[in-house]
Formats: sequence, structure tokens, C-alpha cells
Amino acid sequence: MSFFGFHYRLERKTIPFVLAIVGVASIGGIVEIAPLFTIHQTVEAAPDMRVYTPLELAGRNIYIREGCYACHSQMIRTLRDEVERYGPYSLAVESKYDHPHLWGSKRTGPDLARVGGKYSDEWHVAHLYNPRDVMPESVMPAYRWLKRNTLDTSTLSLDLKAMRAVGVPYSDDMIANATADAYGQASPDSAQADGVKSRYGEATNVRAFDGVQGEPTEMDALVAYLQILGKLTDVAHTPVKQASTEAGK
Amino acid sequence: MIAQLTRNERQTALLILLAVAIGGLAMAVGGRDNLLGIHGAIAMALAIVMMFVVIGGYYAPEPTEDRTASYYDDPTKVGIIIAMVWAVIGMAVGDWVAWLLVFPDMTFDAGWASFGRLRPIHTSGVIFGFGGNALIATSFYVMQRTSRARMPDQVTPWFVLLGYNLFCIIAATGYLMGVTQSREYAEPEWYADIWLVIVWVTYFVLYLRTLARRKEPHIYVANWYYLAFILVVAMLHIVNNLAVPISLTQAKSYSLFSGVQDAMTQWWYGHNAVAFFLTAGFLGMMYYYMPKRAGRPIYSYRLSIISFWGITFFYMWAGSHHLHYTALPHWVQTLGMTFSVMLLVPSWASAGNALMTLNGAWHKVRDDATLRFMMVAAVFYGLTTFEGSFMAIRPVNALSHYTDWTVGHVHAGALGWVAMITFGAIYASVPWLWKRESMWSPRLVEVHFWLALAGTIIYVFAMWNSGIIQGLMWRTYGEGGTLAYSFVDSLIAMRPYYIARAVGGLFFLLGAAIGLYNIWMTIRSAPEAAYDMTPDEPVVAGMPAMQPGE
Ligand code: HEC
Ligand code: HEM
Ligand code: HEM
Repeated sequence: MSFFGFHYRLERKTIPFVLAIVGVASIGGIVEIAPLFTIHQTVEAAPDMRVYTPLELAGRNIYIREGCYACHSQMIRTLRDEVERYGPYSLAVESKYDHPHLWGSKRTGPDLARVGGKYSDEWHVAHLYNPRDVMPESVMPAYRWLKRNTLDTSTLSLDLKAMRAVGVPYSDDMIANATADAYGQASPDSAQADGVKSRYGEATNVRAFDGVQGEPTEMDALVAYLQILGKLTDVAHTPVKQASTEAGK
Repeated sequence: MIAQLTRNERQTALLILLAVAIGGLAMAVGGRDNLLGIHGAIAMALAIVMMFVVIGGYYAPEPTEDRTASYYDDPTKVGIIIAMVWAVIGMAVGDWVAWLLVFPDMTFDAGWASFGRLRPIHTSGVIFGFGGNALIATSFYVMQRTSRARMPDQVTPWFVLLGYNLFCIIAATGYLMGVTQSREYAEPEWYADIWLVIVWVTYFVLYLRTLARRKEPHIYVANWYYLAFILVVAMLHIVNNLAVPISLTQAKSYSLFSGVQDAMTQWWYGHNAVAFFLTAGFLGMMYYYMPKRAGRPIYSYRLSIISFWGITFFYMWAGSHHLHYTALPHWVQTLGMTFSVMLLVPSWASAGNALMTLNGAWHKVRDDATLRFMMVAAVFYGLTTFEGSFMAIRPVNALSHYTDWTVGHVHAGALGWVAMITFGAIYASVPWLWKRESMWSPRLVEVHFWLALAGTIIYVFAMWNSGIIQGLMWRTYGEGGTLAYSFVDSLIAMRPYYIARAVGGLFFLLGAAIGLYNIWMTIRSAPEAAYDMTPDEPVVAGMPAMQPGE
């Protein structure tokens, strides 16, 4: 029986036709996606990898809310010009705690994967307040309200808990103190500040990111997030590692 | 409209609306301290408005029994109007966003007006609002005609159409307020996603129930595509939106997957949203309306089969071409590239099948702007898929990725293919549906056609230029072996093209607005056609040329 003859009969039966569509359409996804969870080399090991602090996570959520990802990628490709322009190419492990990923697909503005530490807090605040004050040709929107809005920290424990449910290793201690840590990280002189470093590591930035201590603003959170981009782990900067993956590409 | 429903159906409708209103109320109360509450209130308000509409017609006399001898087209009529309204909204926002890249300060210092929040309103507005409603409306029309069977009941299609629009409204208002998952083309949050699953499953079941009543032994090609569109979109939607909400009374959720797995899942979804939403569904549209309008059978039955299964199989492998040179393992990138190139075969088989169908009807294409919309759509479909397969090759993608070239490719497909085939199908079906001899103004259809074509060409050429210039500037090295241009240099070079694109987009938008006006006037004021223009027997189904051994 020819293929077309078979099809001539298949297209008379609804349910077999439907099952055929589902079967044929499932194969590609199964072959390409399932192994990403099982093959260990997919995500490199990075023992020094740390999680986002509550303040940084809140900043990340503002980044999502404002749609910064529509103009900015966070994925430096393995191409010479990108590495020279933006820094070492991105490794899978660097977005291991990114639920969801923010790799992006369009660079109306530059890549931000390694923008952490590139500029001062003041620069970011001025730039976000009005990009054209800093960069006259910029087409980035002004985000003045970030400075006006105090950050809603009331749900941060819930946020951390949900993140733990999807696999990010937040401890009970971190979840219980999420709101206080968000406050402390943006107010270095406050009593809450000490807990931040003890829970998230000595290298954590504890600063008044928007220049003012006290109740954190949305600006504090977003700048704290931008300043940590590319800094959750050092693996991408390890030369040996880089050379060996390069050869494999 | 309500008068067409039986008493029983009116009661069912009220019950469903009541359930939605109560669900909305629960959300509004539970989520009163966050944006979930606002969405609950919106759902409740819309359900209550609809309840008043149903109650207003509740005591109208029941329809006569002979309605079962005809097709049920009220939802199609409403769906077409909604689709055109979304077209104008979505494209207006698109053009506004285009101007924002020229004049970035037009944001009134307000969050809702900034680029990042408006852009998804454009993409969702045109893809889901315009495209989705057009697909649902035409699929209702086509499945009944090609099955020679009326839909099994009159409430389900309304639930699908209006429920789907509730999803679209929740999506668009959410973006304005900053509710988003950030997943391209799947931005709405978990509760909207769950609602869409309910609507979509109902849609699928409705399709099966109608097919089960068919009087044609064969399922016509157009239905294969609509079925694939419904089924695969459901699969994609469910897997891609797996997430854990922070609480049942909060809008925010975190995706189940992270990093590289999340990126791959997202682009498996994203590319197949292109494949099964923007391609398969509209191919279904084309396979019905083009032969019908041209008065010629589909050129080749075998080509239809090959291209259908080719598209269904190959597309699902292609998503990883969105992640070339990234941290995604190399073997997945290679698979994505390979299948993308192979995809050209079934794609061109479809485009060729469409154009060959027109062979012998070229004089009609010349004289009839509606058929010309469909012809141009098939040509752009061919061009876009060729371009896509080319861009999926890794070294080419090294240049094109992240640039406006992608945006150019998107709109060659979106304007040239998706929107054009839809306008063609809508212009064809409006006189049939409202039993008019023709559109109110064939001249305006002609005007719309040329505006759309000019707009598309301006848009696409502007983006090709800017994209390639951008890509080249980013990788050009100067004398000393250092990068020659700063990022801002490339930004300055884009400006003239951004202006051109916004002007081209304005042409396209103007055309759509004229189309909406023309449709409205057709409904309002054209005389009843003396005779029925549509022999309800489809020209295309069960034709001898559709048999094997053709
Ligand atoms: C309309 C597109 C657009 C949006 C939306 C956008 N940006 Fe930008 N961004 C740009 C452009 C263009 C530049 C380059 C010119 C400049 O520095 O302003 C830029 C530059 C930047 C830089 C400096 C990068 C560097 O390495 O010099 C940072 C940081 C940044 N943006 C952060 C953000 C954040 C955070 C958001 C969201 C709140 C955002 N951007 C939203 C377009 C955008
Ligand atoms: C009036 C016509 C239109 C105009 C002016 C317009 C404008 C735009 C603009 C300015 C963007 C953002 C590009 C960027 O970020 O650099 C965009 C993106 C997009 N538009 Fe349109 N658009 C129009 C019609 C359409 C239609 C009809 C569709 C679909 C059916 C569509 C689908 C998309 C998609 C999918 C994107 C996202 C592209 C990407 O992420 O690469 N557009 N459009
Ligand atoms: C053979 C068929 C096709 C292939 C192989 C293909 C391939 C591609 C490639 C390689 C990209 C760029 C990915 C990147 O670098 O980020 C892309 C983007 C895109 N294509 Fe296609 N394409 C095809 C057909 C179409 C059609 C018919 C449409 C209809 C509108 C379409 C819509 C899109 C959209 C919306 C994007 C942008 C995604 C994003 O970045 O947001 N494609 N496609």
C-alpha cells in the first residue's frame, strides 16, 4: 500500500489523525529537551555560585516587569567580537538560578550579562533616571519612577519560597529574614545589614545603591541587581576552563 | 444574536457567565493587595456585562427548528470584527513603539507608556488578538463548510471566542501594569495561562465534535492545519508555562525550569508558536479561501500531504536556531540548524502548491484585490521561509542574531504572510457571511492592498538594512586590531531606518483601519444581494483532483 493510499484512509478517521499529529510533533521536543536535564555536561560545575539576595531578586523582578529584556540580552555568544566587547562568553551555569532565564533575543541596547561592577551606582541611578543625561544618543526609556517608588518587600519570603520550590537552595533562615535582608542590604548602617553578609557571603554588596539609606526604593533593588550581573560565580573568568570549552566549540 | 440561542442554551450561557463572575470575584477579593485582584475585577465586570446582554435577549422567542439546516455563523461574524479591532489596536501600538525608538521621551514619565511594557502589547495584540481571533473565526466557518455539518451546539463557540478574548484582555492589561513572565509570546501569568488551557481544550473538543458530524468521508486539508494548530499550541503552551506561583492570591510566579533548559523550552515554544500559530493555522486559512476565491481546486493533493507532515515534524526541531553560539550544547544547535534547512522543502511545497493553484486564474489575481492579497501572502510566505532557513545557518546567524535583521524577517512573515492572508480571507468571507454581493467599496480594498504592500516593503527593507549594518558594525575591527565602533555608534546609524520603518508601519496601519471601516460599512449599508453568493457546498472538498492517483 502506498503512502498516499495509507493517508487517503487515515484522513477519514479523526482520532487516529489527531494521534498522528501529536506523535509526529512530540519527537523533536523530546529528543532535544529531555537530555538537557540528564546530561551532566550541559551545566558546568561552579561551587562558588551564590544565589540572589532578596533585594537583587526584587530588582530582577523589576527588570522583568519593565521589560528591560526586550532591548537587552544577557548572553554573550562564543564569538571573538562579543567576548572583546562584553567579556568572557556566558556559561550555562551562570543562569542556573535564573527562573526564568533572561537571555533575550534583541540588542537594541548592549548586552548586560557582565555589566555588574562596570559602572558606579551613581552612574546607574543617573542613567536609569534619564539615559540621555549620560548618553545623549540613547533611545532607552527614562525610568524616573523607580526612584520615587518604595520597594514592596512584603512578599519576598513568598518569592524565596517559590524559588526554593523550583530548585534554588534558599535556606529557612534566608526565607524567614527576606524582608529584613532587603532592607539591610540597602542600608549599611542599619541593624539589619549584618545578617545579609552572614547569609549571602562577605562579597555581597551592602550599600545605599540609590544614595539614600532607609526604606529601599525600586531603584535600590534594580541597581543592586545590575551590579551583580556576571558576578554570581567566577568560573567564566577561569582561563583554563575557557580554553578547553573553546576547543570543543 | 441571543435570539438564535434556545432557551436551554441561554440558561447554560448564564450559568457559565455566573461561574466566571464568581471566579473573578474570588480573585478580586483574594488578590486585593496585588494586581491579581485587578484582573479578577476585570473578569468579573466583563462577565456581568455579558450576563446583562444575555438577560436582555432572554425572553426573545426561541429560534425555529429549521436553523439546523444551515451553518452557525454568528460567532464567526463577531470574531472577524474583533480580529479587525485588535489589528488596529495592535498595529497602532506597534507603530507607536516604532516611534519610541526614534523619540524615546514620549513616555509621559509613566511606567505603562514605556517601551518594555508596550512592546508585548504589540506582539500579543497582533499575534493573539488579530491572528488568533481571525483563526478562530475562520476555523468555525471552514470546519462547518468542509464537513457539511453545523456545529453541535451554539454555546460552545461563544465560550471559545469570548473566553479567548478574555485571555487577550487580561494579557494586554497585565503588560500595562507590569504583570509578565517575560517569556516572549507567552508573557501572561499563571492564572491567565490556566484559563487559556480551559478555553483551548473546549475549542479542540468543539472541533472534534463538529468533525464527528461531518457528511464528507474525508477531513479536508484545511482542517488538518487547523487541528495541528489547536493541538500543538496546547502542547507548547502547557509545557512552556509550567511555573510555581508564589501564592494562589498573587500574580507573580517563577518558572519551573531555569537557565539553559528554560531557554530551550522557551524557544521550542517560541519557534513553534511561529510554526503552529503563525504558519499552520494560516495555511489552513489559505487552503480553504484561496481555491475558493480563485474558483480552482488545490493544485496537488500529494504536495499538501507532504508539506503538512513535513511542517508538523520538522518545525518542532528547529527552536534551537534561536540559541546559536550560546551556552546551549552544541549538538542541539546543530540539530536545530539542520532541521531548519530541511524545513525549506515542505515550506516551499506549500507556497508552490498555493501559487500553482492560481495558475489559470491570473486574470482574477489582476482584477481582484482580495485574491491578490492571498497571492502576495503566498509569495511572502515563500520568501520568509527561505530567509528563515538561511538565518538558521550558524555563521549567518552569528551576524543576524540580536539585530534588526530578525525584526525584518519577523515582519516579512507577519505583515507579508500572516496579515495579508488574513485580510484576503476576511475580505472574501465578509460578503459571504452577511450575504452581500461584494464589499461596500472594492476601491478601498484596492487602496488597502497597495498601502499594505508598500508598508511591508518599506518596513522590511529598512530592517534588512539596519540589521545588516548593525551586525557588521558590531564585528568590524579597526587598524589596531580593536573593535572599530562603539555600541552607540551603531545606535546612531540605526536612526534613519527606524524612521523609515515607523513610516512604513504607518502605511500598513492605515490600510488596516481602512479595512475595518470598509467591513463596517459593508455590514451597515450594502444592499442585500439578490442571490446567495456562496453555494455552501465547498468548491474544494471532495473534488476529483483531491484523490490519490491524480
Ligand atoms: C528601548 C530599548 C531599551 C529598554 C527598554 C531599556 N534599555 Fe537599557 N539601553 C538601551 C540602549 C540603546 C542603551 C545604550 C545607550 C545608553 O547607554 O543609554 C542602553 C544602555 C543600558 C545600560 C548601560 C550598558 C553599558 O554597558 O553601557 C544599562 C545598565 C541599561 N541600559 C539598563 C537597562 C535597564 C535596567 C532597563 C529596564 C529598566 C533598560 N536598560 C531598558 C536601550 C534600552
Ligand atoms: C503596523 C504595522 C507594524 C509595526 C509598525 C510594527 C512594529 C514593531 C516594532 C517597532 C517592534 C519592536 C522591534 C524591536 O524591538 O526592535 C515589533 C516587534 C514585533 N512585531 Fe510588529 N509591527 C507591525 C505589525 C506586526 C504584525 C501584523 C505582526 C504579527 C502578525 C507583528 C509581530 C511582531 C513580532 C512577533 C515582534 C517581535 C519581534 C522580535 O522579538 O524579534 N508586527 N513590531
Ligand atoms: C522555514 C521557515 C522558517 C525558519 C527556518 C525560520 C527561522 C528563523 C530564525 C533563524 C530566526 C532568528 C532567530 C534568532 O537569531 O534569534 C527567526 C526568528 C523569527 N521568525 Fe522565523 N523562520 C521561518 C519562518 C517564519 C515565518 C513564516 C514566520 C511568520 C511570521 C516567522 C516568524 C519569526 C519570528 C516572530 C521570529 C522572532 C523571534 C524572536 O526573536 O522574538 N518565521 N526565524
